[in-house]
Amino acid sequence: MEKDLLIKIAYLIASVLFIVGIKMLGKTATARRGNTLSAVAMLVAVLATLLDSQVLSFTEIFVTILIGSAIGLIAARRVEMTSMPEMVAIFNGFGGASSVLVAASEYWRLAHEADLSMPVVVGVTVVISIIIGAVTFTGSMVAFGKLKGLINGRSVTFGGQHALNAVLFVAALALSVMVVLNPNDEIWMIGVIGVGLLLGILTVIPIGGADMPVVISLLNSYSGIAACATGFVLNNQVLIITGALVGASGIILTQIMCKAMNRSLINVLLGGFGQTSSGAAAAGGEEIVVKEVGVEETAMLFDSASSVIIVPGYGMAVAQAQHVVRELTDLLEKRGTSVKFAIHPVAGRMPGHMNVLLAEANIPYDKLIEMDHINDEFANTDIALIIGANDVVNPAARTNPGSPIFGMPVLNADKARTVIVCKRGMSAGYAGIENELFGYPNCLMLFGDAKSSMTKVVSELKEMVTA
Amino acid sequence: MNAESLLVLLYVLVLASFIGFELISKVPPTLHTPLMSGSNAISGITIVGAIVASGSLHWSVSKGLGIAALLLATLNVVGGYVVTDRMLKMFKKKK
Repeated sequence: MEKDLLIKIAYLIASVLFIVGIKMLGKTATARRGNTLSAVAMLVAVLATLLDSQVLSFTEIFVTILIGSAIGLIAARRVEMTSMPEMVAIFNGFGGASSVLVAASEYWRLAHEADLSMPVVVGVTVVISIIIGAVTFTGSMVAFGKLKGLINGRSVTFGGQHALNAVLFVAALALSVMVVLNPNDEIWMIGVIGVGLLLGILTVIPIGGADMPVVISLLNSYSGIAACATGFVLNNQVLIITGALVGASGIILTQIMCKAMNRSLINVLLGGFGQTSSGAAAAGGEEIVVKEVGVEETAMLFDSASSVIIVPGYGMAVAQAQHVVRELTDLLEKRGTSVKFAIHPVAGRMPGHMNVLLAEANIPYDKLIEMDHINDEFANTDIALIIGANDVVNPAARTNPGSPIFGMPVLNADKARTVIVCKRGMSAGYAGIENELFGYPNCLMLFGDAKSSMTKVVSELKEMVTA
Repeated sequence: MNAESLLVLLYVLVLASFIGFELISKVPPTLHTPLMSGSNAISGITIVGAIVASGSLHWSVSKGLGIAALLLATLNVVGGYVVTDRMLKMFKKKK
């Protein structure tokens, strides 16, 4: 009895530490300590749980924790900052899978091993936990596959998809009812798990690469809600509190991402820009005539510029060009040129992806400016340098009501005196639509890999300094 | 679980959700990725349930499921915290 109270107190302490930790995670100055605090909270929760009277066998637990920690540690140390979205996606999936397994284990214990019947409330919460966890697991795996390029990153849709999802959803409900009514017959439970796993795949498959930030944060939210539901299964407050915190964080980020694209969540979930774009491209039809620019000329333009705004995108991440961009920044600043970075909320493949990459390259975070705060500055800027970004600078979002991205807030890079677009070729961005900016009179195309092009520009610029 | 304890849990859920919304809506975009990977690590709190599930003395189906859950949750927790720390290390103030 005493032990039970001790555990409850420890869980309370852990919950407070989690909340304070997340609060501290919200400010750059305290973020690192906040993360450490929340890790301490986790440790407190784990140690308290080991006191539980149901926990009798420690060897298996310690061995499993040791193996899990070793794999997690190695993976976390090795991952490149550019692959952060994949990493978050796969860990998310593990969180979801873990909720499924815990709930399934509790179900099995109650229904088959203990001589207890399963109360309706427990049955309902078990089913909820399993469905959400299963959707999180397979959904995250599909997202991981798309980000890694193992599965086609474009939106995959087929006829009757929505109907199929609706049928599956109803099936999940029906099977859930059967589980609650016949807890001792595991065929229904297996059915629920199966349908949940399938739903996860089918709901993420139609979502295209440009919408990945939304998917990743949504799945993050799901993994929290799954943990929360597991808390109801086990009658455990610390699971509910932390699950709710994670669920809330995911929902808020999802909302921010949706707003940044001027789309509703439903719209994202039902499948991306994919279908609309082909129609728009066919209707547009006009050939865009672009002006190319070489590295020498680019360097010369930089040489005479007094203000530069850099717009980074996923292309910079892929080319690993963030370090050479830093070099360029340093070089320009040494010459008295002002350099700022304009960050679109959905640039990259997860919320805040660009900020991390630029921080990795030691670019001070006060140089990274949000869209709303920098958009008016483009008009007074000599050069807007767009590196590997496409859809987030497409002026069609402002001007062309027929464009699928019409209404999406974009960076006004086209208003700068000169726009230099560093890009590998004329291929369309992830939204799959042409960018009319490339045909603007003030726009110059610097074709090539972002890293090698920028390296050449930097060395040209250096020569100009010495000359 | 009786109706009363379910109600208490629902109170906890509602209040925690409000705190979550309050805390997270103030986070600046710069920290969105670390926030996400940090909260991802936190969602590995199922590790608590996994320990209970895997802690029984005799091997059984539920213990097997518990061990599998424990492995995945630990991976999520440790990997999530370490990678978040790695990211946040880069966000220090520049002189």
